[in-house]
Amino acid sequence: MADQTLDAKGLNCPLPILRTKKALKDLPTGKTLEVLATDPGSVADMQAFCRATGNELMESGEAAGVYRFLVRRTG
Amino acid sequence: MSETAAKTDPNAKTMTIIVTKGSLDWAYPPFILGTTAAAMGVKVEMFFTFYGLALLLKNLDLQVSPLGNPAMKMPMMGMHMGLPNLMAAIPGVEAAATVMMKDLIKKKGVASIEELREAAVESEVNLIGCQMTMDLFEYKKDDLIPGIQVGGAATYLEKALKSDLNLFI
Repeated sequence: MADQTLDAKGLNCPLPILRTKKALKDLPTGKTLEVLATDPGSVADMQAFCRATGNELMESGEAAGVYRFLVRRTG
Repeated sequence: MSETAAKTDPNAKTMTIIVTKGSLDWAYPPFILGTTAAAMGVKVEMFFTFYGLALLLKNLDLQVSPLGNPAMKMPMMGMHMGLPNLMAAIPGVEAAATVMMKDLIKKKGVASIEELREAAVESEVNLIGCQMTMDLFEYKKDDLIPGIQVGGAATYLEKALKSDLNLFI
């Protein structure tokens, strides 16, 4: 279970990433954030965002048109 | 990395964007890239010059024009259509196209420019207004949003020369 969930469904680029960043900022280091999105571009973008920021993308999947990411704040 | 860390971390990547266009459609690329880069821990400077300076006005009234823009296809009569210049030039068409574009932006969950600009300010993107453009178009500092820096070509270039990535939009 994630420590916090962010609902970014219905939002388009770059809002899922901007909201993710904002949510991570308020999360203590080591805690996890679940992000739900419907933007197909968020799959590649979340990977790139995590690589660039050093946060860990623990899970990435899709079910019924909703993308789900699990990000662990590392920095 | 938090924004404040990006500000103080001497190893943070840096990006500058010269923003020269002030129409609704052209406002998107600089604000999307600027805010996303800031979210990725990049220290961002945006230099607003010529028509781009209108994007720093307190009251944004952005328009999009189909005139001379054959790639602009809008949903009309069940399909996506461009407008011939002769029709696009008719008074009122630009206003109608702007209303349609704003509806589309809302419907598709795309951020408004107001929202992206707010995000830029929040994530400490440094916004620089061009002094020469302010004089040219008779903008007063008070017409622009608070917290911006005012400068000229040398102000921009000093930053650009040290920056990892420089864009002109």
